[in-house]
Amino acid sequence: MLEKALVGSKRYYTLLAILAAIFGVGFLFYLRQLTFGLGITGLGRDVSWGFYIAQFTYLVGVAASAVMVVLPYYLHNYKAFGRVTILGEFLAVAAVSMCMLFIVIDLGRPDRLLNVLLYPTPNSVLFWDMVVLNGYLLLNIFIGWNVLEAERNEVAPPGWIKPLIYISIPWAVSIHTVTAFLYAGLPGRGFWLTAVMAPRFLSSAFAAGPALLILLCLIVRKYTKFDPGKEQIQTLAKIVTYATIINIFLFFCEVFTVFYSQIPEHMQHFTYLFFGLHGHGKLVPFMWFSLLGMIFAALMLVNPNNRRDEKKLAVLCGLVIITTWIDKGLGLITGGFVPNPLDKITEYWPTVPETFITLGVWAAGFLILTILYKVAVSIKEEIGA
Amino acid sequence: MSINRREFIRIAGLSTLVGLGGKTAWELLLPGQVEAQLLPKANALAAKRWAMVVDMKKLDEATAKKCIDICHKVHNVPNLAVPNDPKVKMDPADVNRWQIKWIWSDHYHNAFPGQEHEYVQDRVQAMPFLLLCNQCNNPPCVRVCPTQATFRREDGIVMMDMHRCIGCRYCMAGCPYGSRSFNWRDPRPFIKQENPTYPTREKGVVEKCDFCAERLAKGQMPACVEVAGGALVFGDLGDAKSKVRETLKANFTIRRKPELGSNPQVYYIV
Repeated sequence: MLEKALVGSKRYYTLLAILAAIFGVGFLFYLRQLTFGLGITGLGRDVSWGFYIAQFTYLVGVAASAVMVVLPYYLHNYKAFGRVTILGEFLAVAAVSMCMLFIVIDLGRPDRLLNVLLYPTPNSVLFWDMVVLNGYLLLNIFIGWNVLEAERNEVAPPGWIKPLIYISIPWAVSIHTVTAFLYAGLPGRGFWLTAVMAPRFLSSAFAAGPALLILLCLIVRKYTKFDPGKEQIQTLAKIVTYATIINIFLFFCEVFTVFYSQIPEHMQHFTYLFFGLHGHGKLVPFMWFSLLGMIFAALMLVNPNNRRDEKKLAVLCGLVIITTWIDKGLGLITGGFVPNPLDKITEYWPTVPETFITLGVWAAGFLILTILYKVAVSIKEEIGA
Repeated sequence: MSINRREFIRIAGLSTLVGLGGKTAWELLLPGQVEAQLLPKANALAAKRWAMVVDMKKLDEATAKKCIDICHKVHNVPNLAVPNDPKVKMDPADVNRWQIKWIWSDHYHNAFPGQEHEYVQDRVQAMPFLLLCNQCNNPPCVRVCPTQATFRREDGIVMMDMHRCIGCRYCMAGCPYGSRSFNWRDPRPFIKQENPTYPTREKGVVEKCDFCAERLAKGQMPACVEVAGGALVFGDLGDAKSKVRETLKANFTIRRKPELGSNPQVYYIV
């Protein structure tokens, strides 16, 4: 099937070339990071995780959201999603690949990465995150590839794939839960010390992931002969709508507990993010844009007329993607580190090399996505789906 | 069997090639040496549970500085503000961000956030609280480390294996005291005078205070304790007659963020 990725239109090759070029630039900056050290980023002793780990967290959500097409199709026999499960699974593969790259580029000693396997440490959540992410990657590659191949040959998928599919459903939930547990169990970080973190991660993931999938479906329909389908997009839109609403609801649950209790260690991070603290407030406009944008998108999406208009839907999905990205990609990690455990404020902002390295990883992920989607779509075209 | 260094290396190298390297080579050429090196020295200081009391009544600014300076000197901790090559210009913001500190002094409200109030004595406000790794009994950093590069010894010291650390900085997120430092760049050009008896670090690993485990092993007290003129009391909590136990019995002491359950083992007399 991979041969489908080797032949394509000029537009396909141009896209690959652009993504490869961005990846190349990012890689050059990464070589610089390898020689100089992580000091080329905006990180420091107070904000010791930043952009890389935030992208990782966001993308774990995108990966997990594949379950939103897999579950209705396989557990509820919702036939319509049969056309898009492969797109969801391959999106998960690309997203998990990016997650792993983001973890590797964040390490001070990537050459010692295998120490995680050589000295397995079950009390570390990071160890479990490695287990579930690798497992999820393999599951999606195996399932996606075999189901697609069976579809091409017009036979039923092999029997052994069914249990893997059923396993992949709770597994998807596990990857984002474990990722939330990375943060939610740290005693000294009031911003993260909340049981609502894993549910909130899942709700924002099930908003952002399917929103991205809708945009991808629209792109696939526009540029190929394969139409993922109107009904499919409408059902995904409903998922985006209610996941966004639940995400906002959980955010206000958190806000209530934090501000009604008035416990400073929990309040000050929210205060920093939304109002600024002692004159420091780099993220304030972003956080308000994220919150208000998310509420606006949710209100618009509830109205079925807005969802049915695919142009409006695309814009709203874009808004959901951006606002959830700001929430997790900028606010979540930095907010947890500011102020630091000694009640001091060091602000963080990614540097130019850090941004290019990040873009490089995104380009690598979209390169994988483009190739996988090319294979999937070519086969769908071939069998006249 | 007598053997010179050159021959030893040659034979060890050859035997490595045929799979007899590592411990096997040592055992063949210098029997018993490996085990001998793992046994503690006769004069090593040992304890059931090491702990420290910082007596802020005795600790003045000058003594605090002495403690910090000696610690950073013996452990090859770089001073990023003073590069060895004067041509290297360091931005003060970078110096602050990349700073490595094993022990440092800070204000009351930074050392004990949440404890401060408007009417705290001037005396306390002015105190240079010496802060260092708390060598917690229930250390969050050890709990989160994915490679056991940081681990807790039987005697309570929380150690770092800087050769195993992958630099994920999970321990820095886990530590509620800000006691851990990461090498954001190569520290060596910022070490004024290298102490050859203690390793320097590479970029990309985390480090912190370990109650001078290397000095205890040689029968010496921690470097800061030696120069503190009695302001730092160090000893064994397992020994009821130890100075540290007596000090804790005779004085009211506080600890940093005890409510987090990490059970810190550095106590403060205010």
